[in-house]
Order: sequence, then C-alpha cells, then structure tokens
Amino acid sequence: MSEHVINLKSSVKKRSQLKAIFHKFKKNKLAMFGFVILVILIIIVSTAGLYLDYEADVETQDMKAMFLGPSWDHPFGTDQFGRDMFARIIYGGRISLFVGLFTISIALTLGSLIGATAGYYGGKIDNIIMRIMDVFLAIPATIIAIAIVASLGTGLINILIALSISRTPQFARVVRSAILSVKEQDFIEAARACGTKDRRIILRHIIPNAIGPIIVQATLSMATTILVVAGLSFIGLGIQPPTPEWGTMLADGKSQMRYYPYLVVVPGIAIVLAVLSLNLIGDGLRDALDPRLKN
Amino acid sequence: MSVPLIQTKNLKKYFKTPKGNLHAVDGVNISIKEGQTLGVVGESGCGKSTLGRAILRLIEPTDGEVLFNGHNIVQYDDKKMLEMRKQMQIIFQDPFSSLNPRMTVSQIIAEPIKVCKTIKNSREIDNKVFDLMETVGLAERFVNTYPHELDGGRRQRIGIARALALDPKFIVCDEPVSALDVSIQAQILNLMMDLQESMGFTYMFITHDLSVVKHISDEIAVMYLGQCVETAPSDELFQNPVHPYTKALLAAIPTLDFRDNKKEKQIIKGEVVSPINPKPGCRFAQRCPMAQNVCTEENIELKEVVPKHFVACRLL
Repeated sequence: MSEHVINLKSSVKKRSQLKAIFHKFKKNKLAMFGFVILVILIIIVSTAGLYLDYEADVETQDMKAMFLGPSWDHPFGTDQFGRDMFARIIYGGRISLFVGLFTISIALTLGSLIGATAGYYGGKIDNIIMRIMDVFLAIPATIIAIAIVASLGTGLINILIALSISRTPQFARVVRSAILSVKEQDFIEAARACGTKDRRIILRHIIPNAIGPIIVQATLSMATTILVVAGLSFIGLGIQPPTPEWGTMLADGKSQMRYYPYLVVVPGIAIVLAVLSLNLIGDGLRDALDPRLKN
Repeated sequence: MSVPLIQTKNLKKYFKTPKGNLHAVDGVNISIKEGQTLGVVGESGCGKSTLGRAILRLIEPTDGEVLFNGHNIVQYDDKKMLEMRKQMQIIFQDPFSSLNPRMTVSQIIAEPIKVCKTIKNSREIDNKVFDLMETVGLAERFVNTYPHELDGGRRQRIGIARALALDPKFIVCDEPVSALDVSIQAQILNLMMDLQESMGFTYMFITHDLSVVKHISDEIAVMYLGQCVETAPSDELFQNPVHPYTKALLAAIPTLDFRDNKKEKQIIKGEVVSPINPKPGCRFAQRCPMAQNVCTEENIELKEVVPKHFVACRLL
C-alpha cells in the first residue's frame, strides 16, 4: 500500500461525468439542432443594437408604410402603424426570451426547493407546504400573475416576479411527486448510514434521479409563459406599447389576420422556434443525464 | 469477560399504526463480540431488518439501549453520531435499489469518504477506491461503469466496497445474498468471511436462509415476532435446538437424504399472529405443538439452558 505516494494506482482513468453527459448530448442530433437554433436566436437578439436603431426602426410610426408585405426593405413586412416587423421581432425576442428563460429558472429553483423539502421530510411539513401550493394551484396562473402585477404595478421586473411566483406551485408538485418515488430506495438509506446531511442527500441522490419529469415540466412551461405575457400585455398589465414583444405582436396582428396573415405568422414562428428548441434541448438533456439510456 | 462490541439492552421499536402500536422489535437483548458474526434468523416480518436498522439508528429505537464498546449510542447527539457512523455500516439485500443509478461505481464507493472527509486529497480518494475495488474483487475496468451495467453479484460487491470505505468495525448485513444466484451467493459469502478474517470485522448477519447462517455465524439468534426466542453458538443451536420454533425451522431445511422423507416432519401450522398490540406471553403459543395454558400467562424471559445457550420457553 503506497499511502504517501500520491500517484494513481490504476491505468484506468476516471472519466468525468460532465464530459460523458456532454458527449451523449452531442450525439443526439435533434437536441443539438435545438441547441443551435436557441444559440442563433440568442445571438441575433443580443446583437440587435449593432444593426438596428431602436428608436427609428422599432418605435417610430410611419402611416405611409402601413401593412406592407414582406419585401427587401422590410423582410417581414410592416404592421398597422407602419413599423418594421423584422426589427420588432428581434427586439421583441429580447423581452420574450428573457422573460421565458428567467421565469422558468426562478420557478424551477424555487419550486424544486419547496417540492424537495415537502417530499423529503413528509408529514406535517409536507402537509403545510403542499396545502399552500394547492391554494396557488386552485387559482389559474394567469389570474395570480394579474393580481400580483396589479398590486405591484406594471414593469418588466414586476412581471418577472408575478410569473415566477405563479409558476412555482406546478414545479413544486412535480418535484415532490418525483422525489416521493425515489426517497424510499435503499441507496438513500445507505447515504444516511454514512452520515450524509439532508441537503447533500437531496441534491446528490434524490434530484438527479428525479430530473426527468422536472425538465419536461420546465420546457413545457416556457411556451405558456410567453403566451401569458401576451395575455397580460393585452389587458394592459404586461409589456407596455410601443415596446415590442412576441406575444403582444401576435395578439395585435390577430384582428388583421385574414388580410395580412404575416402579422401573426411571423411572431408565431418566432415563438414556435424558441419553444421547440427548448423542448428539444430539454429532451436531449433528460436522456443525456440518464446513464441507463444508451445513446 | 471482555465487553462485547455491540450489545442491545431491551431494545424496542414500535411503529404507530391506525390500529395501534406495531411491535416490530420488542425487547431484544443480543450481544456480539468483536470479530465475530451473529446470525439473526426468522421468517419475513419478524423484525430482523428493523433490529439491524435500529442498532445503526437508521430508525430511532422507541426504547432500550444500544451499546457500542460499552457506550450507549442511542443518547448520542448528531455530531457524536456522525463519528459513530464511520464505525458501523450496512450492506443491503437488494443490490439494485441500494446503488444510486446515476452514479458511477467509483462515485458510489467514494461517496462515504467524501461525506465523512476521512480523506481529502482527490488523488488519494481515487487510490482508496481502487484499493477497495481490489479488496472486494471488482476489476479496475468497472470504474466508470454504472450499476445497471453490472450483474447482481458485482453490484453486491460495490455495496460491500461502499460499506468498507470508512473502515468500519461493525457491519450489519441485511440479507446480503438472498437476492443472488446460489453460485454467486457462495462467492459473496466467502468474500465476506475472508474480509472478516483479514480485517477483523464484526458482522450482524440477517437472513432467513438457515444454511447460509450456519456457514457464516459464530452465534445465532432466532427471532419470532419482534422477540428473540433462542440464542446459542452456531453448532450448539443446530445440534441441540430447544425452542419449538427453532426445532420447526431446522426441520424445514430440505435434505438430500431420502430416508429422511419417511420421518414425520414437524410443520408449523397456522399463521403469524398480528404484531399490532400483541398479547402477553409466548407469541409462538398459537402455533406451537406443545403449547399449554401457562404459555400465554405472562411474558417469558430468556433462560440459560446450557452455558451460552439461551431459550425463551415456558416448558423448560
């Protein structure tokens, strides 16, 4: 036994788990496709300032150029106020993508913590937490968001708070049930037998084994969130005009849909692309994280 | 006489159920000397596993004492218990659910070391993992594999390696071979006995398989419905069973001797009575062929019939 010489005894190298997960994710073509789309979307949206002038292209109305179909000057046409749809889609993406991704990550973290605590400790704690979550679930997420925004006032930050809170209970439920299915297994007891603290048991042993349904829930929520923002904007509590945002553009174009279909098709496709890419990434991630699935 | 490594005094574990208290472990006194193996046998649901878990305080005992080297660990606070946990480990029955499916073999074995921080240098941890794998007979090439890629025997070896990672003194083996093929059972049992010989472990070996327990134990405790009905050194118990339940258990071991078939076998009739609020007296009385009225009158203590051979039966 060479206890003081710190050299690896074996020729077999330990492989890092992160690398293995990344390797598996790369092999999944659909997931990579989604990943590439999302990256492209984010790059286009975040560099918008380089090739577009916000005030001139996005906000200034031009009544002479109303409802122009797609052309070389206006790749996606113009809307009912003569504003360039292309510029609005790109600037709108900044808000929509940001709101979607941000609320999902906050709701996911909060919901996971709450659900994990409830599921792991069970008993009274579980009962108290889940009854509070039930109260939130009993009211539609949109209504909660409306109530919160109405009391806090409109504005991007308040919308983020409202949406994050209204999404949290769903995550708490999903995470709790996923954890209940894992926590009775022997390997949790084995972890406890060597004195593992609750926090480490939840983070290292339980959540990784319950990650599948959580990821699915997260990717599905993204789409609804973008649409809820549109709903809020429609009743004047969301993003205020003239700031563009995909959901609002979709709602605005609805009245002219029969004559100028591109008004809804363009923001619609933008939303679909964002949601689709996230779903693909989510599926790929779920498969890559599960070592039992081969490729 | 030296202090036994593990001793329980009147250890009890009751579970609350809507119908009343379920007496899973009811006043069990056992002791295991350092370096020896106590086999705990009994049918399903008699509280064998609960006893093992209560000794490790994975389940908090309702009452009674667990003495480790003479110190009552039931009173230990969390911090002291954490130190204790390094000295007592458990090997589980099911090699499938006892290993985290998301972790590789090396991560599973290294986890206790990382949690208890017995070794801090990551290189040294890796070396320790390789040492442990060698000790339990796992080839190095399995370092990066996941449990689902391995067969039951190899998985059980991982479970053993994990239990050994903290260099414990005492290991509770909760039916470690009953989920395995017979050929692999022998391998794992021999491995465990070799380890005991070279490292001086003390085992509490829980099983319902009498031939396994005979193979590995120095002493045997027979449990029935949460109580210990007979304890004796292994050979003594097999040659001279006294309690009617033990006799019936031993009679039920299948033999290859055809002449034996002619003999009347003692078969236990009836069913186990409910462990919820059991009546006083011998719990085996309802099924016992020799039961008399005295049997159900009061609780029965263990009596020493032959030196080191204790039996809880009224009819002696």
